[in-house]
Amino acid sequence: MRKLLIWLPLGLFLGFFALFASGLLKPDDRVITSKLVGKTLPAFSLPAAASDRPGLVSTELATGKPRLLNIFASWCLPCAAEAPQLLALAQEGVEIDAIAIRDARPDVDRFLARYGNPYSRIGLDARSGVQIALGSSGVPESFVIDGKGRIVYQHVGDIRADDVPMILQRLKDAR
Amino acid sequence: MIAEAGLIALWLAFALALLQLTLVGFGLAGGKQELLGSVRPIAVAQGGLIVIAFALLIALFLRSDMSVLLVVNNSHSMKPWLYKFAGTWGNHEGSMLLWVTVMGVAGAAVALFERALRRDTHMATLGGQAAISLGFYAFLLFASNPFARIDPPAADGQGLNPLLQDPGLAFHPPTLYLGYVGLSVAFSFAIGALLTRRVDAAFARAMRPWVLGAWILLTLGITAGSYWAYYELGWGGWWFWDPVENASLMPWLAATALLHSVTVLATRDALRAWTVMLAVIAFSMSMVGTFLVRSGILTSVHAFAVDPERGTFILVLLGFYIGGALALFGWRVGAVREGAPFELVSRETMLVVNNLLLTVILGLVLIGTLYPLMTEAFGHKVSVGAPYFDRIAGPIALILMLVMAAGPLTRWRRDRLSVVARRLLVPAVIAIFAVALLAWVAWGRIGVLPFFGLVVALAVGAGSIAPLWKRNLRRTPLFTYGMVIAHLGCAVSLAGMACDSAFTVEKLAAVRVGDSVQAGDWTLQFNRISPIAGDNWTALQADLEAVRGGGAPVMLHPQSRFFASAATTTTEAALLTRWNGQLYVVLGQEAEDGRWQLRIWWKPFVTLIWLGGILIALGGALALIGRERRGWQLKWRERAAA
Repeated sequence: MRKLLIWLPLGLFLGFFALFASGLLKPDDRVITSKLVGKTLPAFSLPAAASDRPGLVSTELATGKPRLLNIFASWCLPCAAEAPQLLALAQEGVEIDAIAIRDARPDVDRFLARYGNPYSRIGLDARSGVQIALGSSGVPESFVIDGKGRIVYQHVGDIRADDVPMILQRLKDAR
Repeated sequence: MIAEAGLIALWLAFALALLQLTLVGFGLAGGKQELLGSVRPIAVAQGGLIVIAFALLIALFLRSDMSVLLVVNNSHSMKPWLYKFAGTWGNHEGSMLLWVTVMGVAGAAVALFERALRRDTHMATLGGQAAISLGFYAFLLFASNPFARIDPPAADGQGLNPLLQDPGLAFHPPTLYLGYVGLSVAFSFAIGALLTRRVDAAFARAMRPWVLGAWILLTLGITAGSYWAYYELGWGGWWFWDPVENASLMPWLAATALLHSVTVLATRDALRAWTVMLAVIAFSMSMVGTFLVRSGILTSVHAFAVDPERGTFILVLLGFYIGGALALFGWRVGAVREGAPFELVSRETMLVVNNLLLTVILGLVLIGTLYPLMTEAFGHKVSVGAPYFDRIAGPIALILMLVMAAGPLTRWRRDRLSVVARRLLVPAVIAIFAVALLAWVAWGRIGVLPFFGLVVALAVGAGSIAPLWKRNLRRTPLFTYGMVIAHLGCAVSLAGMACDSAFTVEKLAAVRVGDSVQAGDWTLQFNRISPIAGDNWTALQADLEAVRGGGAPVMLHPQSRFFASAATTTTEAALLTRWNGQLYVVLGQEAEDGRWQLRIWWKPFVTLIWLGGILIALGGALALIGRERRGWQLKWRERAAA
């Protein structure tokens, strides 16, 4: 037993070493820019992330009308900074759906109560699986989806006030 | 010529490290005692040479020598001198040179000042230090030469990342590195002790000041880094669980565990093998952290220029040193006898629990940091964020704090549970009172973790000063004060963290000149916005008048700063510190209708976080001085008697 314990650290380290080596030798693709721009959304179905909004299913995004898919999280500060712009977009009549990343329902509810709720539907992506399938590497990110459920534009980072006209234009072009 | 001289000094230091290692090897293993006589002078000379190399690199930066590639890539002649100076280590090569400089200086210090250690263990330790230095010298010389020239010289440099152009750069990396790399001394001590098979109380007493010194500096470095990130990044957060932050936290956790286990070994001659293991782990964590940051294997905001060749180099060093040390541990530790036994209810047990909990937190942080890498190896991509770390490490840290309060109130070797419980009565009453008070004031408004954070902070704050209760304060040794202050610092810091997440008031507003905004108890009047110019930047600056209650108005000037030489904008938050909190204001973008975005936080007692960090380091310093002073006093007394 003592003998095993003595050699355990070395064993663990060798495991980590192998992991580091494999990570280092792999081709580097950590800068995730979505290859899905111009393609149809991957299929997904997410449970509701907020108490008063339904969850999100990928097929519901192909409704004939362009819409915005926003990826956010209640624990993300830039997402809070982005909230006024999303509200402004919603006021312009833009339909916004959202995916909350690594979140919990009470936290999302609190976030929405605090910063406003511009969303029609909010899906909960507890393990970032859908986020990564979408080719998104962080929060916040936004996708402009055309009426057929295809991604036409990916916006990495928060939507600033001076990005709003550009987003509106993209949505108009997607018609 | 300066660059060439620097490179020569670096090569000479490399050669001396090689010589040092060879002499120790032949001297100890070959039994040639006469070779060992020159080891200490060589270690000192090696330290001197590497300091010279580092000083020469600083000179190149101060002179803005644009024929040196590193200066061209990371500096600019228009920069204020402080950032030319501190910019020396604001890049990969320069910071690696700082790393080996600390290592060389630490080695020289061990050669000069270590008197308590047995001679053979001392020599083996210096051999270990030379062996580690050797690899990192080679890394600099063969894969990261800071003195490389370019021909023809550039007209001017590309500038330093504006986020780094802050006085924080002059203080945070050097202190952090002193701590980080200072742990290499503990590592070398462990190697030395394993080689000579001498692990006992005397060894622990010799190692303790070095561990304590590195730990104090690491604590200060992390505290400074946290405050820097807090005011510079403009997000209002003070810890982001970024891989690089974790890379500094993990050695700190290991060093904190080591600090306590080395005390058990020094006082009671128990936990021998474990202490040696921790000494190996602490510096290993420093090296793993460096690897994670420099290889680009994980993404992080502290981006260094990434180069796979460098990653491979560090990985080889990592395998060699950590793998070698752990293999040596497995091979030799069987020869280390079991230490002294102790009862279940004793301070030893408390410290074992402290060590286990710290190790568990360390393991969880390590797993969280590496998890994306692990799943990637199996073809899945995930990211791990703050929620994981908060939820997993938070509760364990709170339990750890409770043990921290109980530990110093328990006697060495054996104690009675009922007696310990009686000593804990006051903190327990305070805890119950705090639960009741908080439940009444803020039930449902604050999260579970901040709630218990506040309760534990209050109870542990009381518990940490309990060891002074009914003692003759003038005859209490300085190191006891040190422990009390360090533990109190933990409680103070925890209180700050819990207050920040429980009671922070946040306000996002779009305001026109002349408008006023309410945030918490504060009213901010937006007077005007004007352009101003600094040394190498221009900025838009808002003039805000902040008033609380009927108090006098205070001017605040948040800026949005534009740097020409790196074409970047940074936000300069305006901070107003009061005894009970901080007002934090960030100027955002201008909207089309002429309104400006303002983000305002009122953060009650947030400054306690860093005050606690400083108290922890101060406690460590008092303990160090107290122990050393006692050592000198004993020596003088012996001399006087003789």
